[in-house]
Amino acid sequence: MAEKYIDYETDILIIGAGGAGLRAAIAGFDSGVRVTVVTKSLLGKAHTVMAEGGIAASLGNLDSKDNWEVHFNDTFVEGVYISNWRMAELLAREAPDRVYELEQYGALFDRTPEGKISQRAFGAHTYRRLCHVGDRTGLELIKTLEDQVLHRDIKFFDEMYITKLLKKGDRVIGAVGIKLNSGEFYAFRAKAVIVATGGCGKIYKVTSNSWESTGDGLGLAFNAGAELMDMEMIQFHPTGMVYPPGVRGLLVTEGVRGDGGILLNSEGERFMLRYSPKKKELDARDIVARANYAEIMAGRGTPHGGVYLDISHKGADYIKTKLPSMYAQFKDFAGVDITKEKMEVAPTVHYQMGGIKVDPDTTRTNVEGLFAAGEVASGLHGGNRLGGNSLADILVFGRRSGLGAAEYTKKATLEDPSKSDIEGEIARVKSYLRDDGRNPYEVIEELSSNMSENVGIIRTETNLQKALIKILELKSAAPKVGVRGDLKYNKGLLACLEIPNMLTAAEAIVRGAITRKESRGAHARSDYPKKDPNFKKNIIYKKSGDEMKLELRPVPEMPENLKKLVDPEEY
Amino acid sequence: MGKITLSIYRRDPAVEAEGKFVDYEVPTEDGMVVLDAVKYVETNIDPTLSLRWNCKAGKCGSCSAEINYKPSLMCKTRIDTLGDHIKVAPMGAFPLIKDLVTDVSANWEMLKKIPVFTPRQDAPKPWIIAQIDIERSKEFKKCIECFLCQDVCHVVREHSGTGYFGPRHIVKAASADMHPMDALDRSEFLDANAGLGFCNITKCCTEVCPEDIHITDNAIIPEKERAVNAFYDPIAMIARSRRRKKEAKNNGKQ
Repeated sequence: MAEKYIDYETDILIIGAGGAGLRAAIAGFDSGVRVTVVTKSLLGKAHTVMAEGGIAASLGNLDSKDNWEVHFNDTFVEGVYISNWRMAELLAREAPDRVYELEQYGALFDRTPEGKISQRAFGAHTYRRLCHVGDRTGLELIKTLEDQVLHRDIKFFDEMYITKLLKKGDRVIGAVGIKLNSGEFYAFRAKAVIVATGGCGKIYKVTSNSWESTGDGLGLAFNAGAELMDMEMIQFHPTGMVYPPGVRGLLVTEGVRGDGGILLNSEGERFMLRYSPKKKELDARDIVARANYAEIMAGRGTPHGGVYLDISHKGADYIKTKLPSMYAQFKDFAGVDITKEKMEVAPTVHYQMGGIKVDPDTTRTNVEGLFAAGEVASGLHGGNRLGGNSLADILVFGRRSGLGAAEYTKKATLEDPSKSDIEGEIARVKSYLRDDGRNPYEVIEELSSNMSENVGIIRTETNLQKALIKILELKSAAPKVGVRGDLKYNKGLLACLEIPNMLTAAEAIVRGAITRKESRGAHARSDYPKKDPNFKKNIIYKKSGDEMKLELRPVPEMPENLKKLVDPEEY
Repeated sequence: MGKITLSIYRRDPAVEAEGKFVDYEVPTEDGMVVLDAVKYVETNIDPTLSLRWNCKAGKCGSCSAEINYKPSLMCKTRIDTLGDHIKVAPMGAFPLIKDLVTDVSANWEMLKKIPVFTPRQDAPKPWIIAQIDIERSKEFKKCIECFLCQDVCHVVREHSGTGYFGPRHIVKAASADMHPMDALDRSEFLDANAGLGFCNITKCCTEVCPEDIHITDNAIIPEKERAVNAFYDPIAMIARSRRRKKEAKNNGKQ
């Protein structure tokens, strides 16, 4: 059957309008090529908006000893030695320039008494390093980039969901999408495609992520032949809200601890003194999250199943200035006044360290014409991400990906996708509109409960195998989901389309977690509690037919000049 | 656990000339917000219900609606403040897409027209700025673009012929104008091209702002004053006309 769709042509197609996508768009446009950005939500609403604490960059405004070398070491060591050294180097070297550039674009950071950009302390950063705008840094970042994008001739499609990447031979040459707010289909032809779709936190029940984080880019790229890496590394943020139920998982910024907040159990003990006497509440996220979890499991939790986080000793003025949105969040949602009362918090799924494997300098993937940046890409954070490194990541590698793709388009040609590929994809999307389909939200509910129960903060072989069986079962049930209604603004249809991507992400996480028989960074197994030098490797995931194949690959060897900067690994 | 009756406005303008409120019974739990209740309907009763939301944390400004006739964010409005019968309708100031979802894209077109932040070229880099100097602009930068202020504004709603951009856009211009390193003055643009004069400072926008931005007092009135000082002050008008005459004379000599 001939399907109706709109043809659209561009040089670079960017999927995703969070910080990475928007920064890539600016870089691509400023390189003189045509840029089109698509997003499944509205401009300026991406998950970046929820970032709170700040951007890590070694400006050294408060601690003059800070420099890129220390930031590099912090990033690599806390990534537990499986990060890509080149990505860590680029991040540490370029983050300061990206922060000053953002300031030139109009972002207004909080200041030191001398009028420089102020920097706050954050977990496992040696020095005070996070450039911030109160606890609304992500909002300032995305609105600033939004303003820059709107004042350039960058084409923009909001509420456009990409369902498939189009290929010719081994090269990605475009994509098929459905414009959710009109129900129209689009066939994009592009010389290069950048995937900047963010993470997959929504495959868990308790998460700080917004509804968008369904791993769309992982599914799109994986199905187009791109390699994924380190997917088993899922970061639990130590402090998410626990009560009321409607906001369970909602982020409580690390800035609370950075600005002096302490963690207490139900007995009033400041337990981090026991788990990490030196760094205390400001140790890396994996360590603090496991400590919170252990206290709750040991029966020293709060009435709603969390631990206490207390900053009330800092006084109302300080809290309202430094943490205004935390103050409002607890007042509005929980009826708790954090200037007087303790907060109840527990670990919440926050970030995917793994993702699409990319070349550090250009962010190109192993598939020609395909690039990736931001949370959906992997390599930088290794086994654990430091707070503030993700906002630095999206600026540094968002820009690099725009430049890399622009460079590529100068030599690449536009290709015509096959009509049958496009029409086949449209027919697949439409096939979910039916009266007898299974409710997609039921499948998502089963998947997310499964992930939270079996692939949590501490993992075991038994639970992981149980999780895998469930995922494979849901995979075969996925084609049977469906919704009534039509193509226009049908969120149920969107859920049907997201499910395969969520399942790809979940399967990779579980298969990787089974393969990595050790505990490293965010990946902790009670049956293999120690770190193992044989696993100082990256796990690579490849599509082979309908199967997902895993392979252990050595971590790229660091050059001698950088080795000198890094504390040796201990076992 | 209690329950409430949720009346949700349903309409697909492509096929229905009129909309209607449909009642749904929704079980409640502690701390529940209106968005939880609407999502309950979407997930458990009718997946074809169209609604827009993202962060469910009051940070992104996607889930704007009129709750019991008041423009509000669904994610920040607690059920227990409203009683057991709650009406939810889409924002009335924007074209309807379907059910609770409206087309807010006209806002991006207006934002494109407001002159972008333009840094002063004379200041050495990196910039030295006192904290006190960022506070005014910072208030406006809290805006999450929920467009509730646009929705409640009677000039935007009932007098679209005026060309008034609306409160959100005055706040945007003010955030750049009051940025300590900005080189422009946007008040002329606002007066001549964005209908600033049509705002008659009823302050409804300030009342509905979920970020508590003092839109009228701190953004709109100062921009109006700037425009007045620059373009309608009689002494300035005389000075300007003299300057123009002098310039014309000089040009004539060349």
